[in-house]
Amino acid sequence: MATLNEIIAKICPAATVAEVDGAPMISVDDAHWHELAKALRHDANLEMDYLVTIAGFDHVESMGCVYYMMSTRHNTNLGVTVLATGDRERPVLHSVSDIWAVAGLYEREVYDFFGIIFLNNPDMRRLFLSIDWKGYPLRKDYDASPNINPVPRDNERQSDFTTKWTKDAEGNLVSEQVEVFAPDDFVVNIGPQHPATHGVLRFRTAVDGETIKKIDVYMGYIHRGIEKLNEQQTYAQSLPFLDRMDYFSALNYHHGVCMVYERAAGIEVPRRAQVIRVMMDELSRIASHCLFMGTFCMDLGATSMLFYTLRVREQILDILERTCGARMSFNYDCIGGVMQDLDANFQNDVKALLKVLPANIKEYKKVFVGNVIARNRMEGVGVLSREDAISYGVTGPSGRASGWACDVRKWRPYSIYSDLDFDEVVLTEGDSMARFKVRLAEIEQSARILEQLVDNIPEGDIQAKVPKVLKLPAGQWFQIVEGCRGVFGIHLESDGGTKPARLKYATPSMPAAGVVDHLTRGEKIADLITIGGSLDYIVPDMDR
Amino acid sequence: MYDLSVITDAIHSFLSGFMPAWLTVTVECVLIGVGLLLAYSLLALFYIYYERKFCAAIQCRLGPNRVGPWGLLQSFADMFKILIKELISLNHVDKFLFALAPYLVILASMLAFAVLPWGNGLQIIDFNIGIFFLLAVSSIGVLGILLAGWSSNNKFTLIGAMRSGAQMVSYELSIGLSVITMVCFAGTMNVGEIVAEQQDCWFIFKGHVPAIIAFVIYMIAGTAETNRGPFDLPEAESELTAGYHTEYSGIHFGFFYLAEYLNLFIVAGVASLLFFGGWMPLHIPGWTAFNHIMDFIPSVVWFIGKAIALSGIIIWFKWTFPRLRIDQVLAMEWKYLLPIGLFNLVLMTCVIVFGWHF
Amino acid sequence: MEVTAQGMPYEAFKDNEYIESLVKELQENGTNVVVGSLDKLINWGRSNSLWPLTFATSCCGIEFVSLGAARYDMARFGWEVARSSPRQADFIMVAGTIVHRMAPVLRRLYDQMAEPKYVIATGACAISGGPFRDSYHVVKGVDQIIPVDVFLPGCPPRPEAMIYSIMQLSRKVKVERFFGGVNRQQKQQEFLREHPVEGVNDSAEFNTSAPEAPVTDKQ
Repeated sequence: MATLNEIIAKICPAATVAEVDGAPMISVDDAHWHELAKALRHDANLEMDYLVTIAGFDHVESMGCVYYMMSTRHNTNLGVTVLATGDRERPVLHSVSDIWAVAGLYEREVYDFFGIIFLNNPDMRRLFLSIDWKGYPLRKDYDASPNINPVPRDNERQSDFTTKWTKDAEGNLVSEQVEVFAPDDFVVNIGPQHPATHGVLRFRTAVDGETIKKIDVYMGYIHRGIEKLNEQQTYAQSLPFLDRMDYFSALNYHHGVCMVYERAAGIEVPRRAQVIRVMMDELSRIASHCLFMGTFCMDLGATSMLFYTLRVREQILDILERTCGARMSFNYDCIGGVMQDLDANFQNDVKALLKVLPANIKEYKKVFVGNVIARNRMEGVGVLSREDAISYGVTGPSGRASGWACDVRKWRPYSIYSDLDFDEVVLTEGDSMARFKVRLAEIEQSARILEQLVDNIPEGDIQAKVPKVLKLPAGQWFQIVEGCRGVFGIHLESDGGTKPARLKYATPSMPAAGVVDHLTRGEKIADLITIGGSLDYIVPDMDR
Repeated sequence: MYDLSVITDAIHSFLSGFMPAWLTVTVECVLIGVGLLLAYSLLALFYIYYERKFCAAIQCRLGPNRVGPWGLLQSFADMFKILIKELISLNHVDKFLFALAPYLVILASMLAFAVLPWGNGLQIIDFNIGIFFLLAVSSIGVLGILLAGWSSNNKFTLIGAMRSGAQMVSYELSIGLSVITMVCFAGTMNVGEIVAEQQDCWFIFKGHVPAIIAFVIYMIAGTAETNRGPFDLPEAESELTAGYHTEYSGIHFGFFYLAEYLNLFIVAGVASLLFFGGWMPLHIPGWTAFNHIMDFIPSVVWFIGKAIALSGIIIWFKWTFPRLRIDQVLAMEWKYLLPIGLFNLVLMTCVIVFGWHF
Repeated sequence: MEVTAQGMPYEAFKDNEYIESLVKELQENGTNVVVGSLDKLINWGRSNSLWPLTFATSCCGIEFVSLGAARYDMARFGWEVARSSPRQADFIMVAGTIVHRMAPVLRRLYDQMAEPKYVIATGACAISGGPFRDSYHVVKGVDQIIPVDVFLPGCPPRPEAMIYSIMQLSRKVKVERFFGGVNRQQKQQEFLREHPVEGVNDSAEFNTSAPEAPVTDKQ
């Protein structure tokens, strides 16, 4: 990391570099932050082109953000801690939304939760909460009393203007209002209750006839404050909420969060539990992709496909149910291993599933992929280039369809994935059809993993010895795992107690929703459905 | 072959026996109206049930089976429900047009019923421009849809109505062309005569290549005309919630709902008239015994059976194919169907002139 | 470990104190024969033709999709005609958490539905806020916003439970009165009176982007 030290010495000698969780963590002041970010992004030896997440924090005496970034070329990662200037009333940071496209959205989230204003971010509106919301919920001194923010009975007040904060020559904060839509735009409101938004997402869409001019995405219609709830509960209690974020990747998310806790506490997970976890991950990945295909085809109008894909999903749910005891919301992975041992018939069930899968995949291809209408609707629609995918942070199958090999299982192997033989599916077209095909091919790869493991489940414990109430040492950890929809990042900050001081989930759905506007410009209204469907975002996952 | 005009003639002579001529006509009109309404609603209810069962079969499901035996009463329950459901009156709509639109849609499909050849001698009106009349009245429907979308004062309905206008007006051309092709072949626009022409052999066999091309074009354009998938853009659920009838509730929505199924029947009925002989039984030249057996099946059964079978194909389309995009819908009509249709007309003319048909 | 599933005995299905008391209350005053049989016909239609609104916010919505799929097939009961437009739906299955931002939208959806309309609060979140009860942004039960007919516990409830809940709703619909007599709708009106919504009857259209002056956050 010689280059890193050189850059820091050149730009901001005052910054410090520490080793946190196996990666460099730079602490820099706000004045030099923007310049440093630019250097990190563009320096040929670093090339930190993928911003994983921005995690705000409130240490009462100071507020700020932790930026996690990765380099897709060098496969390195680092973190940057920046403290906000200004008082608690109005903390200020410089925006990096001009360097990473996804940063604009993440900064809005931080603003919503902590009230930190980002200078030069063109869109400083609240993201999840309404404009009339009082206070910033993730601050430590937030008053959650229902009298301050009662359940609204009236329609939400809505603004057509965004705020942009800048500093003038004297260093005073100046805000200016920027109009979202042009005055004569024909704005159609799609959502929050709309069959195509896959939940309660809202698009305000400016259209010119059938052509989309601009989309303004509104989130927060299912924002449940999970990150705040986690701060009030013990580590083990934080797990069940993961089932309710991305309910299709519940097991994958559990896997990731458990891994962070285990790493922090120094717990060694038995091999049997590892294998079970990976098998469960892959089963839920198949189930998730099946449901994706079904709902996506239904959005396009081919309703029957939903029933064919759900047939496989039901079979997987049966397998999961026999072991985990539920069809959804499994809460199966626990700290140190898994909750219960496998069902006696588990291996046979999985083998039966593997037997029917190829025929089903063939049927899906026949019914849908080969269909001339489907191809006309999907090919060349919503093309996302590799650069944009990285800049917008679109990971998972959607990112891989754009030629970005971003599968964490290959990229940063965790658990037992490095021992397994499977291919990373990468296509280069970047259109909706490619996103669909990647998922179809990933089912086959997941089946390959299952095939390798189903007869090789080692005997042994399913759980390591873990204290009833886990206490983690003070420190910071960051972990990424591959959910069904992409990179799921967990930022954990512990103050040495039994509860997390800050737990931030970087979910794949949020950047996916953030890129909708970019992809739909100039396309037809019907393409919004295709593009939104092919990105496969889960609204509770982005809202948390 | 049993001629049903015997019954209608008997009724006529019975009524005119004790009534003046004007009263007879009035009473007959009322009787026909009642019969038509009854057939109309029963057919629509049957079609709703039919589609639900049919798509359930495609999708490995059972479909309605709890209300009545095999779920037969399901659509009756739906009808009772929808009849007494609240009709929401909205602010800021054009009240007159809003109320008028569903009736226009239902009127169009009802008028088209008048010229369908239900059976041997069972036709409400059989006049020399029957097919022409059919084409004319079926295009009233688009007016109702446009009005519905416009008067609802809602952006979704407006987009739906505009889509529907563009789509239906375009596809009417193709329907018209394929109908003209067959009219050329038959040499008459009289529905009764068209059916009679197919005494020996149905047009689809008689007219071979051009007739089959015309049939395919007709089925595609007919699907588009009924606003059913893959052409259901005006009411694309995933795009426009419910399209042009988003704001309609209760029986007004019910009218749209029924009219959709009735239009399906009419499209299939006209297809069976033009290509499959209307109520004419399957006759193969030379097979006298076979033809005679076929004649035993009542003509009404033939007609309705053919229509139901053909509409099965359209239902099958709907549940299998994804929806087209609006530009693709229009490109398909103007770039493909219309030129092919025109060429087919020329081809058919050649076939007739040179007597290449059977 | 052998687990056997048993069907629900008919008596147990019928065992619902609430509906029994409802029947009693409704039949207290007796009714005219003609009107009564008309009522029966209408209620037969209504109870057998319950069209849901496609509405889902989170996990429960996925189970609702499963309910429509081939395995649980709600089409058997005639519930598969899921309407996207609230004007044409009969009941709304509040499947998932309702948060502060969604609350006015849900109420609006309910107001947009045509009478008779019913509500099933599906899952722990819709009943009480569920696991998110302590959150700053979650409504602690949708019965604060709209009148609920059936509460369906579970997190998320299984599709079988959903079938059961809609069947209970169907039973409830069956004992209603359309003509005269005591009516469930009266209680509904009472609820709506007690939970007034400002601005519902005004002319402000939801879609239009209206505010005249720029609205800014009060820092």
